[in-house]
Amino acid sequence: MLIKSRSAVSALGVLLLAGAAFGQDAEPIKLGVLEDQSGDFALATIGKVHAIQLAAEEINAAGGIDGRPLELVEYDTQSDNTRYQEFMRRVLQRDQVDAVFAGFSSASREAYRPIVNQFDGLAFYNNQYEGGVCDANMIVTGAVPEQQFSTLLPYMIENYGPNVYTIAADYNFGQISAEWVRNIVAENGGTMVGEEFIPLGVSQFSQTIQNIQAAKPDFVVTLLVGTAQASYYEQAGAANLGLPMASSVNVGQGYEHKRFTPPSLKDMYATVNYVEEIDSPASKEFVEKFRAKFPDEPYINQEASNSYAAVYLYKQLVERAKSTELADIRKVIAEGDVCVDGPGGQMCIDPKSQHVSHTIHLAHVTDDHSVEFPTKWEAIQPYWLGQAGCDLTVSDPSEQYTPSNPPPANG
Amino acid sequence: MDIFNLIFSFLYQFGDAFAFLVLSACGLAVIFGMMGVINLAHGEFIMCGAYVSTSAVHAGLPLPLAIVAGAVAAGIAGMIVELLVIRPLYQRPLDTIVATWGISMIVTQGTLIVLGPSMQGVGTPFGSFTMGGYSYSVYRVILMIAAIGTLALLWLMFTRTRFGLLSRATIQVPHVAEAMGVNTNLIYSVTFGLGAGLAGLAGGLYAPTMTLVPTMGASFMVEAFVTVVVGGADIFLGTAPAAAILGVIKAALTGWQGQLAGQIGLLIAVIIVIRILPRGISGKILKERA
Repeated sequence: MLIKSRSAVSALGVLLLAGAAFGQDAEPIKLGVLEDQSGDFALATIGKVHAIQLAAEEINAAGGIDGRPLELVEYDTQSDNTRYQEFMRRVLQRDQVDAVFAGFSSASREAYRPIVNQFDGLAFYNNQYEGGVCDANMIVTGAVPEQQFSTLLPYMIENYGPNVYTIAADYNFGQISAEWVRNIVAENGGTMVGEEFIPLGVSQFSQTIQNIQAAKPDFVVTLLVGTAQASYYEQAGAANLGLPMASSVNVGQGYEHKRFTPPSLKDMYATVNYVEEIDSPASKEFVEKFRAKFPDEPYINQEASNSYAAVYLYKQLVERAKSTELADIRKVIAEGDVCVDGPGGQMCIDPKSQHVSHTIHLAHVTDDHSVEFPTKWEAIQPYWLGQAGCDLTVSDPSEQYTPSNPPPANG
Repeated sequence: MDIFNLIFSFLYQFGDAFAFLVLSACGLAVIFGMMGVINLAHGEFIMCGAYVSTSAVHAGLPLPLAIVAGAVAAGIAGMIVELLVIRPLYQRPLDTIVATWGISMIVTQGTLIVLGPSMQGVGTPFGSFTMGGYSYSVYRVILMIAAIGTLALLWLMFTRTRFGLLSRATIQVPHVAEAMGVNTNLIYSVTFGLGAGLAGLAGGLYAPTMTLVPTMGASFMVEAFVTVVVGGADIFLGTAPAAAILGVIKAALTGWQGQLAGQIGLLIAVIIVIRILPRGISGKILKERA
């Protein structure tokens, strides 16, 4: 008992000392972290939490944000949309956080977004997605279809041929991404020879593989989400489907090329704004720091890099605004020069859509599952929302738009 | 030739769906049919079989032995669960649902914490063969044979062995069986272990074709429950014909309109069956016999 209370006292002492380092009036900046640490999506999202912890530790070691320490308030959202709603209310109302980093699946983002609007909070969505969210309460650091598909599909059509077959997860992400694929394939003179939507959680693809063989495409666009659907690669490999694949979501998120036996992902092409194989000084430094803190991390994926860079974006926003109020932060965004050098390249916030520009790397999985990068595209803008008529510096519709449901012309 | 290819490809897809339904359901059917326990941890026994067999392959065991090891490990785990959790709850069947659901969550999260979010697979063996413009995986044909073999072995076990006789007696009238000197506790324990072992067998057989994650069992659960609900309590009169009927529905609809249609078809079949045959196919057959 004595030992216990003594160690409690010394722990308190450590806490006080740590607090003292930030001076007397350094009230912490609280960052809510709602990510899936269990359930079907955990595989791709545990790294995001670790990346945020790494960035927070670095920032605190270097004196915090504007002299204030960064404090993380973490909840495990369990890959469950209703948990997102519960915990989003909790961090905004009870924990009174200054900003929230939240969400993997688009379904979860759309589940929590009205709550962020209701409390006029600030949420970062650090994930690649189907695009179109025009909402002043959101900053999106992940890549969107115009960044990933307008680079990927012309490359695939040129190198492999014009006939395209899409298999996509059957929810808002897959449906809207598939719409983007249809449009960009048509713009580049290609033909859709087939399209199939797969319910989340489906793991048996024998018939789908046969449907693809019957349609004879030149390559397959895979927009599969979750660990169950990833079984497709093993089964397509075993059936010797042998078609090149293109994806905006695989490899960069679920590191399928590390989990499956070669050569099941041979000739998979993915446009990513980061994967750990990228051979640049910034990337190598990031991987080194990450593995030093989390030696058992199976893979450092694109969303981990986005989350890490997002903490630094937030730091810059708060320091330049000298405030954590959303209105002050948005004034800084409106200046249009908020940029950080992320592990994969420079990322700048676009004031109109509050999305982020990226260096897009084309990752090619070879037959031994190593990754090479045939090309990359610098400073690719998230242009679609701005061109379509979303301008958050003028109005805030808080809507998600799609190519077939664009912003109203006078909006 | 084209007709032949069409028939072959349909038979292959039917066999594939049938094998998945039979293998994922028979463990659940044994435990539910023989003991009345609805085992919501079924998926976790499947995961246990898959993880153990994959680890065994990584450790150098040949795949068939590794699959058997996976089944045995899941069976032993099942007997332990029966002893510790299920046995006190035989008089409270509804509570076993909650208890097994709790086990399922503990095992899933425990695996995530201890073994991490995924395990490196072993790759599907045996390659592929081509027929009429389509290429097929050889291993999937082996899965079909394994499904039929499993049913045959179970039938022999329940009708031709002393364990089968004792277990059927225990399930039918437990008190009389006990009075005749049958160790009913042992029979319950072995039966539960058999069900869990069958789940482990399914996990081991499908492990080379799937992504290995702590939640992998969940992707078997819909098919397993659909098959058991349609089939009813008897594994031979119920599970096997139910899997055959559902296999036809799933293969036909998925081939025609994609995976979504296949899933919808399975669920509509369940709704219709519950409406007109509340005790499933085997309930209907047994009632007519009686």
